[in-house]
Amino acid sequence: MLHFLDVTKERCPMTIVRAMLKLSQIEDGDLLDVLLMEGEPCDSVLRLVQQKGYLAEVLRQEGRGAWLAGGAVS
Amino acid sequence: MIDFTRQQLERYSRNILLDSVGFEGQEKLMQAKVLIIGTGGLGSPAAMYCAAAGVGTIGVVDGDVVEISNLQRQIIHCTGDIGSPKVASAREKIKAINPDVIVEPIQAFVNAANIGSIIEGYDFVIDGTDNFPTKFLINDACVMKRIPFSHGGILSFSGQTMTVLPKESACYRCVFHKTPSKNMIPSCFESGVLGVVAGMLGTIQAAEALKFITGAGELLADELLTFDALTMNFRKVSLRKNPGCAVCSEKPSITDLRDEEIPACDH
Repeated sequence: MLHFLDVTKERCPMTIVRAMLKLSQIEDGDLLDVLLMEGEPCDSVLRLVQQKGYLAEVLRQEGRGAWLAGGAVS
Repeated sequence: MIDFTRQQLERYSRNILLDSVGFEGQEKLMQAKVLIIGTGGLGSPAAMYCAAAGVGTIGVVDGDVVEISNLQRQIIHCTGDIGSPKVASAREKIKAINPDVIVEPIQAFVNAANIGSIIEGYDFVIDGTDNFPTKFLINDACVMKRIPFSHGGILSFSGQTMTVLPKESACYRCVFHKTPSKNMIPSCFESGVLGVVAGMLGTIQAAEALKFITGAGELLADELLTFDALTMNFRKVSLRKNPGCAVCSEKPSITDLRDEEIPACDH
């Protein structure tokens, strides 16, 4: 199942907190698309999500933000 | 998992980001009940940090009123609180830090008759008292009720603390046995203390409470931490449960709580 989260209006650390909260609510195998401001917000969320054991990668960067795809793995 | 409000997510974000706390640990904090006996030098920072961390219910016990001589170290109280009950002053500051905390003020000194009902229902107790008889009373009551607690004591520039997990780790009486005789206890005249030493130790006690609730890290169980703020030397001494302990052994000689005389200041 695909989930979506827009945190482009959030500031650190709420970007990562909201991404982590959403990740904790999805099922194993689901996919979460997170829209973030590019640059530091995207880099730090990617790094922290990966540190916490989730699979994550930047899908694409465009105009106002970057899409990050994260998945919960068992 | 509970539904965190946006405000809670923001307020506790720095806790939540910690791997060993996370959402689960924050939820445990918000559901926890911590009792702080004594809202003085140790109890002040302990109460303030527990409140800031989001401990759901904080009980504060003290029979004193705020005096001007307290303000050098008892940072939960302010000049305008002089003459007010310490528990009322503490409640006001805790609510100002975090309005979500339920505060249970108990304006009393603990004694053998009331301590059992006062500590009942709390998950963790912080001993912030300033005399040996009460420290032994808190130890004995917590061991009997199987409530984990943090012991703390300060004098001059030094402090000591240990965390007691009743029946699992060494208790205060395993180590110190009984109230020292009067000539071994510093008199009021000799018992100066640098205010920050109280802050350092009370903060360590709050850390132990938060770690116990969240399960993060390792507690000061079976260990006595001592420090000297003059040299900034910190030392941990390993402790062992005393199989002959009068209160926590298999065959305790103390099975009822007793009041001991609290020495009054002669000066």
